[in-house]
Amino acid sequence: MPTKVENWKDEIYGNEIREHLMEFAEKGWDAIPDDEHDAWFERFKWWGLYHQRKGQESYFMMRIGTPNGVLKPGQLEVVAEIADEYARGPVDNPEFGGAYCDWTTRQSIQLHWIKLEDIPEIFEKLEANDLGTQQACGDSWRNIVGCPVAGKDKHEHIDAWPVAEELHETFKGNDDYSNLPRKWKVAVTGCDQGCGQGDINDLAYEPATKEVDGEEKLGFNIRVGGGLSRKEPRFSRSIDVWVPPEQAADIGAGMSALFREYGDRDDRFNARIKFLVDEWGTEKMRDVLQEEFVDFELKTAGENMRESYTYNAGGEEHGDHVGVHEQPDGNYYVGLDVLVGRMGVDDVSELAELADEYGSGEVRLTQRQNVIVTDVDSDRLDEFLDEPLLETYSPDPHPFMRGSIACTGTEFCSLSIVETKNRQVRYARWLKDNVELPEGLTDFHIHLSGCTASCAQPQIADISLRGMKTRKDGEPVEALDIGLGGGLGENPHFADWVEMRVPADEVPGYIENLLATFEDEREEGQTFREFVAARDEDTLQDLAEAEETSYEDPYMHNTKMTWYPYADEDDMGDSPAPTDGEGNSLAPADD
Amino acid sequence: MTTDVHQLDDGAWISVNDERRINVSDLWPLARHDVCSCEIADFLVEGFAEVGVEHPDVQARVAGRCITCGTEGVTDWITVGRVIDPETGEFSPVDVTSVHVPDKRHRLAHPE
Ligand code: HEM
Ligand code: SF4
Ligand SMILES: [Zn+2]
Repeated sequence: MPTKVENWKDEIYGNEIREHLMEFAEKGWDAIPDDEHDAWFERFKWWGLYHQRKGQESYFMMRIGTPNGVLKPGQLEVVAEIADEYARGPVDNPEFGGAYCDWTTRQSIQLHWIKLEDIPEIFEKLEANDLGTQQACGDSWRNIVGCPVAGKDKHEHIDAWPVAEELHETFKGNDDYSNLPRKWKVAVTGCDQGCGQGDINDLAYEPATKEVDGEEKLGFNIRVGGGLSRKEPRFSRSIDVWVPPEQAADIGAGMSALFREYGDRDDRFNARIKFLVDEWGTEKMRDVLQEEFVDFELKTAGENMRESYTYNAGGEEHGDHVGVHEQPDGNYYVGLDVLVGRMGVDDVSELAELADEYGSGEVRLTQRQNVIVTDVDSDRLDEFLDEPLLETYSPDPHPFMRGSIACTGTEFCSLSIVETKNRQVRYARWLKDNVELPEGLTDFHIHLSGCTASCAQPQIADISLRGMKTRKDGEPVEALDIGLGGGLGENPHFADWVEMRVPADEVPGYIENLLATFEDEREEGQTFREFVAARDEDTLQDLAEAEETSYEDPYMHNTKMTWYPYADEDDMGDSPAPTDGEGNSLAPADD
Repeated sequence: MTTDVHQLDDGAWISVNDERRINVSDLWPLARHDVCSCEIADFLVEGFAEVGVEHPDVQARVAGRCITCGTEGVTDWITVGRVIDPETGEFSPVDVTSVHVPDKRHRLAHPE
């Protein structure tokens, strides 16, 4: 039997949601009938709007999908203006202030505290600047990810940016693919470093060469069924298909149509294509694709470039794009570290100005929640590097700042178990000030996800942290499961879960002890990932103890029980939500 | 009116008549359960796997982990609240911190 969500989608879904959304926005929050809330909030996701968690009713998270993370000249300034004017909540965040932008692990932008009433103005402004929220959430083609320096990088074989753009244009707003059983995440990589993270996407285009009519051609091998959610992480699997760039959209159409027809609409937990690949195997996947969903003869896979993948591969990294790098045209791109991917709105405006002044005005977002200013004139590079903003968002950050990723967590997210971003900021600062770096460690990834959905991609980090609870002196406190040794590269590996339910205030002490053991016991030149891979489960469990240190954690209590974790009066009952278009409290409808 | 119950946002919460009523992330004590061998499991609620109505009870199968012994699993049916007035659909949640006894038997009319 189809789920309730499928029934709602049958009634109204995709592009047609918009006129209803606009009508509700004109009339105000109260216009959404009480008994239709769930159906509309499910549908609004398709237009990039996610109703925030309990205690924050009437406020939305808004996601702007920027394909391949590319913000064209002028667009970042628009995003900053929108955040400044519309993304302010009732209470400031103690680390980031009253308005801020989140750069996400899928190269998108998230704004919070958006009011329904403001959506028409926001959409108008976004769309006037070639930006949008369409399909940023919901059951369809999501934002296309890829190597963030596509078209600007010396390691590149195929310029993947036109391919990503073509996919974006073909599948955004396309009614044939607008109602899929579940989200559909796509990665396009053109370089030989693996920065597209195709291994953890539903559909991956990976660079490969193939002999066609006696001539060696560049194109893509196709992989299907990667994803991290629900304690069921999968790497995408090769279906033994190669396509030239001209057929990238055709194969995307075929694969997503296959998912549309055969994905599980009876059980949303089972609906991702990774589970269909499990069930069918890759051979059947290829056969069904060939027979039912494409009208050309599929070629077998070509020669891939995985051997040279360095991105998040544990060793020497071209990887995270932070730092100063020369482009093929002699200009430079400069990757700046944004701790946990969140930037206060004044800093975003400043960044937009600097990009304009020193580069082409283009800014790009990475899958490590960082930003890249491209096309910086070689003559003005030093001047740019001296800008005060780069003291906060450094092109040469400390490894603990550089490697930190955190998801949304209890601040706004319904699924979350623990507080994430502000905690990870405190972790990174404490580690930087207190923990000695093992020799040669320049890049060390610590990813914190507030629950098993894994939006911060914890399983592919050196240290994976995942939200849990435990008791300390009998009282429930926020805790984290700790995994070790995950990463991508030629042979990707998910972290092994080693320590469970460590109270959140003892995690920095654990990491300190762990790195001390690593430094003591490692073999000459051994990377952290190799060190973990060389040890069995029991040995890993004995590597280090968790303990309290000088680190202090203000979020140990059940932050999910608050209406907003950082409010002075944080009880659920103190919430002003739901509010009207001016932010004034509306009395709850039912009591 | 009929009672409309569903789990949403990937099992993050239970909606009763279009209102968010029960959330993930709390610890629920479970007795006479078969999640683990703890007499009272200290069960962290991570998601709602299935929900249903057995008038007047609203019930759910809950996914999570006992934080005493570390066993993870999905519970049998737990009553999470009661529809007090079927006319208005008025709902009263149980105190989730009180002890729950999961029940294998559930004549579920409309599972989802
Ligand atoms: C309000 C905040 C958010 C909510 C409620 C949310 C919800 C979810 C859910 C339900 C899943 C797992 C379900 C599935 O994929 O099968 C998931 C996975 C994921 N989300 Fe989020 N998410 C949020 C924020 C984000 C952000 C900021 C990003 C970055 C764009 C993100 C990226 C991801 C990724 C990378 C995964 C895991 C990989 C995968 O399985 O495909 N999410 N999210
Ligand atoms: S990982 Fe969980 S807590 Fe974090 S944003 Fe995703 S759904 Fe929310
Ligand atoms: Zn137990």
